[in-house]
Amino acid sequence: MGQAHQRHNSALSPETDEMSLVFPARPMAVRRALRASMTGFSRLSLTSDESGVIEIVLAEVLNNVVEHAYAHHKDGVVELRVKRRKDSLEFTVLDDGVPLPNGALPKRSEHCLNVPVEDLPEGGFGWSLIQELTRDLRYHRSNVRNKLEFTIKLADTQII
Amino acid sequence: MELAHFDTAGARVITVNEHRIDAAIAISFKDRMRELTDQGPDRIVVDMTQVDFIDSSGLGAIVAAMKQVGPSKSFELAGLSGTVQKVFKLTRMDTVFTIHATLETALGGPIADAG
Repeated sequence: MGQAHQRHNSALSPETDEMSLVFPARPMAVRRALRASMTGFSRLSLTSDESGVIEIVLAEVLNNVVEHAYAHHKDGVVELRVKRRKDSLEFTVLDDGVPLPNGALPKRSEHCLNVPVEDLPEGGFGWSLIQELTRDLRYHRSNVRNKLEFTIKLADTQII
Repeated sequence: MELAHFDTAGARVITVNEHRIDAAIAISFKDRMRELTDQGPDRIVVDMTQVDFIDSSGLGAIVAAMKQVGPSKSFELAGLSGTVQKVFKLTRMDTVFTIHATLETALGGPIADAG
């Protein structure tokens, strides 16, 4: 249970510009999927900053699926697909959970942090991180499926 | 969830012996922090040197830890790695917390009684 099982290619390589991972929607499985994803990118010459950005975005997107789309569904499955482009990575995240509230991406908003400590927000940072660090963020709901797509720009996507 | 602690003359140092503070451990982090900050000196320094990743749930747990400490104590962070710093900066939480480059600078000199 909880083992991230692999389908198709689980790494970008000289032979393939696509990879995908399918895993259970549980916090520890997300941890393993993040590790597997970052391993899948190990042939790219990512800077430590770029790796950080990718891992932050994927963590937020996948945690959202676990905590919200599958909040009342214990056996949910998530699929992550990645395509290597000339100067970016294109990501698609699929799940069969409930749709986003109002069926759309949340509006961009900024927390007010100029408040007493006891009023500081403890959540709601996820979407702002995703919006800040990605490009071309798109959400599509079809039938029973959520599809989130986004791009992360990289200095260099050459396979080494 | 591995948190260690020791007290200096003026501060309780809490060392996070985890590489990640993420959604998988956010709740236990918050609970364990409550136990460790209930007693001890009024200044709390959380040594994050070993943490190389936090997500927004982890950040929320750190904010919650500061809130549960209350205004009578000082709650400070030390040793934020590159990606951890990035999350603090992007969410502007770097403007809310007192953040020290290292534990040593937080304590104003070499740590005599570590361990």
